[in-house]
Amino acid sequence: MSDQPRMPDPRMIQVNQAPSWFSPNTPTPPAPEPVAEEPFVRPFIVTGGRTLPLDERLRIETLVVANGAALSAPLQFEPATVVRMCQQPRSVAEIGAALRVPLGVARVVVGDLLAAGHVTVHQTTDLSVATIERIRDLVRAL
Amino acid sequence: MKIVISGGFGVGKTTLIGAISEIEPLVTEAAMTEKSVGVDNPGALSDKHTTTVALDFGRITLDSSLILYLFGTPGQDRFVFLWDDLVEGALGAVILVDTGRIEDCYPVLDYFERRDTPFIVAVNYFPGQERFELDEVREALGVDEAVPVVACDARDRESVKEVLVAVIEQVLLARLTAPPQVSATH
Repeated sequence: MSDQPRMPDPRMIQVNQAPSWFSPNTPTPPAPEPVAEEPFVRPFIVTGGRTLPLDERLRIETLVVANGAALSAPLQFEPATVVRMCQQPRSVAEIGAALRVPLGVARVVVGDLLAAGHVTVHQTTDLSVATIERIRDLVRAL
Repeated sequence: MKIVISGGFGVGKTTLIGAISEIEPLVTEAAMTEKSVGVDNPGALSDKHTTTVALDFGRITLDSSLILYLFGTPGQDRFVFLWDDLVEGALGAVILVDTGRIEDCYPVLDYFERRDTPFIVAVNYFPGQERFELDEVREALGVDEAVPVVACDARDRESVKEVLVAVIEQVLLARLTAPPQVSATH
């Protein structure tokens, strides 16, 4: 917890000050600047406010592969985008980058698709020494 | 499968990833988790942007079934809370060091010395910079003899390849000397 005193809310009436709405000299607040940027959407709107994925195993490098059949499933924009891009294996991190959402959101979206059977995930668990040697040789040959 | 590239701010992590990645390094955002409360408490009045942090990453497709991701970790120690998520399951890690600002990598080094993830130290030589002997760098960092210290040029693909091979060799060595216990099944 913070040790600092709680700051007053700017909406509160200041101590020792008359409520400003009675004052005839009240300056009208300046009109808000027109917003030129694209509208800000809170990230977890996409997930209906959920922050925990249905599947806890999803790591940032977990590979996601979509079923071809899922392409014709009636899906919302984000899951549909995931299904399209994951016709090739793509990591959760790439999905986050493509959707321009934080990783936590990407995990929830992928978790939902997984639960619905639209995607499968490939998680590398303990690699064998032979596999690591193969990785080394493939990197060397790049 | 992933390898984590860590080191102080501005040491060339993104450059290193870009030198070998088949895609332009991408940026994703990781949000702060509950674990971070108390570590990096933004406070009720702070700017909300401090609660997310950008991660750079690149991809190397080795063959149809093996894709290697390189993740650059934010070097500042106030992002330590994130490293657990990043490093969990990583094959190994590279700690990139700039000899001009050697102290920048201390928090990263401390972190990896406490973990089981195999790692190496790669000294990124910037052009025109005084070149220290690798043994001097090792001494300055106080890293164990068992941890390889290699020189590299983060802009050079061949050099970065050698760094990655070196870290994978270190993973193999760790595997052969101390076989890992059977991990919890997923």
